[in-house]
Amino acid sequence: MLKIKNLKKYFGGIKAVDECSFEIQPETITALIGPNGAGKSTVFNLISGILKADSGEIIFDNKNITTLSPEAISNLGISRLFQQTRLFNNLTVKENLLLALDNEDTKFWKNLFGLNKITEEKEEKIREMLKLIDMENFENTLAKDLSYGQKRLVELSRAILNPHKLLILDEPVAGVTPSLREKIAEILLKLKKQRKTILLIEHDMNFTLKIADWIIVMEKGKVIAEGAPEEIKNNPKVIEVYLGE
Amino acid sequence: MVFAYLIHLLILICIYLILAISLQLSVGFTGLLNLGHIAFYCIGAYASALLALNGFPFWICLLAAGILAMIFGFLLSLPTNKLKDDYLALATMAFSFVVYAVALNWTSLTRGPLGLPGIPKPSFHIPLTTYNLQLTTNFSFLLLTFTIALISYLIIKKIISSPFGKVLEATRDDELATRILGKNTFKMKTLALMISAFFAGISGSLYAHYITFIDPSSFTLLQLIPVLCIVIIGGLASLKGTVIATIILILLPEPLRFIGFPSSIVGPMRQILYALILLLILIYKPKGFYGKIELE
Repeated sequence: MLKIKNLKKYFGGIKAVDECSFEIQPETITALIGPNGAGKSTVFNLISGILKADSGEIIFDNKNITTLSPEAISNLGISRLFQQTRLFNNLTVKENLLLALDNEDTKFWKNLFGLNKITEEKEEKIREMLKLIDMENFENTLAKDLSYGQKRLVELSRAILNPHKLLILDEPVAGVTPSLREKIAEILLKLKKQRKTILLIEHDMNFTLKIADWIIVMEKGKVIAEGAPEEIKNNPKVIEVYLGE
Repeated sequence: MVFAYLIHLLILICIYLILAISLQLSVGFTGLLNLGHIAFYCIGAYASALLALNGFPFWICLLAAGILAMIFGFLLSLPTNKLKDDYLALATMAFSFVVYAVALNWTSLTRGPLGLPGIPKPSFHIPLTTYNLQLTTNFSFLLLTFTIALISYLIIKKIISSPFGKVLEATRDDELATRILGKNTFKMKTLALMISAFFAGISGSLYAHYITFIDPSSFTLLQLIPVLCIVIIGGLASLKGTVIATIILILLPEPLRFIGFPSSIVGPMRQILYALILLLILIYKPKGFYGKIELE
C-alpha cells in the first residue's frame, strides 16, 4: 500500500532521513520506532507532504506522491494525527469533526445557497464517534476549552473520520494518562479488527507491542531493523539502540 | 438641519459598515491581516465614478466597482498567498500604496490630485416605462445605502455561518491542519480576499456617488485606521460587534465638530481618539466587544 524508496531529507548538514526504505502492507498496523532524532517524524512529514524529499520516492496505492501537496495527499487517502494537538481552537468539537468528513464545505456557491446541508448521516457519524470516545456531551464545547486528553481524543477522532485508506498517527498516546492510553489502545484495536491500515510512531514499547503487527526500527535516519513484535523485542541491534551497549 | 445631519451620519454608518464587515471577513474570520482593504475601496470608488461620468447607469457602476475590486483581490492573493501575519500586512499595505500612487499619478484617467468632481447621484430606470427614479435627496440615498448594507451583512453572515465559513475559520486557526484534512487553503484564502474586496468596492462606489467628488486623499492608509479600529474594537470574528463598533466609532468623534476647533485640528483629534479607544480596548477587553478570538 505504501512504499518508501531510498528517501533522503537533509537539513543543512544534518541527515534527518538517509536512504530510508520500507513498505507498509494493507490491513496491518505498523509501528515506526526509534530513539529521539531517529527521523521518524520527518518521515511522517515527508509522507504527508509537509516536507519535500531531497531524493527518493514515496509510492501510495501505486501513485508517486513524493511531490504532492498535503491536501492532495490527504485526498488520495492518507489521514494524519500530529504529535502536538492541532485542533481548530475557536471551533466546537462537532465543527472540528464535521470538517473532516468531506470537502463539500469548500464549495462557495453550494454553501452560499444553503445546498450543503449537514445530513442526518453526517450527524450520526459524529454521534457514533463521540460515543466511542465518551464525549457525547462535549459536542458544542469549544476545542480550546477541552483538557489535553480530550483534545487528543477529538484529534484522533478527526483523523479517523477523515476519509482514508491509510491512517498515520504520530505518537497517539504521548503525554496522556494511563487510563486514556488504554482508551486509545482500545480504539486502535477496534480499528485493527476492522482491518484498517495504520502506520504509527510510538515510544511506549508496551503499547506498541500490544497493537502492532509489524515494527520498523529507525536510527539516524536509516531503517536498522524490521519484523514482527517478538522478533524486534529480542533483536540485539534494537536493544543496543534503546538501552546502549 | 438636524435631520439632514442625522441622515448624513446614518449614510456614513452604512458605508463604513459594508467596509468593516468585509474587512472582518478577511481579518477576523480568515485570519488574513489585510491592510490593503482601503485600496479595494479606492478601486471601487474610481471605477464607479469613471463609469458614471461616462454615462453608465448606477447599477452597472455599482456592480463593476465590486467586480473590479474583486479581480484586484484575486490578483493580490497570487503573490501574497504564502505570506502570513506581519509579512502579509506589509505586502497588502504596499498594495494600498501602489493603488494610491496610481490614483495620484495616472492623471489622464483620474485627474490626479484634482480628483473627479460631479459624480452623478444614483438614478434608476424603471422597467417598461420611460421614467427615471433619481435619488437626489439624502434620505432616498440613505434608503439605498441601508438596503445594500443590509444585503451585504446578510450575505456575509450566510457565508460565515455556513460550512464554508467554518473552513475559513479553520484556516485562520491552523492552516496546516486544514490542509491535512484535504482542504485547499490557497483557494479558500483567495476566495475570502475576493469576497472581501468585492464588498469594499461596493462601499467605495456608494461613497463616490454620495460625496459626488473623489480624490486620492480619501484613500490613504489613514482612512483604513477607523475601519481597522472598528474590526478590532467590535471583536475579531464577530459581525454583531462590528455593527455596534461601526455605530460607536462613527458617532463618537462627531462632538469634536461642535467644540469649535479649526478643521486642521479636528482631523488629527479624530485619529487620536481612535487610537485612545483602541488602546483602552486592547488593555481592558482584548477580545473587543464580542470577539471570538484574541488579537495576537
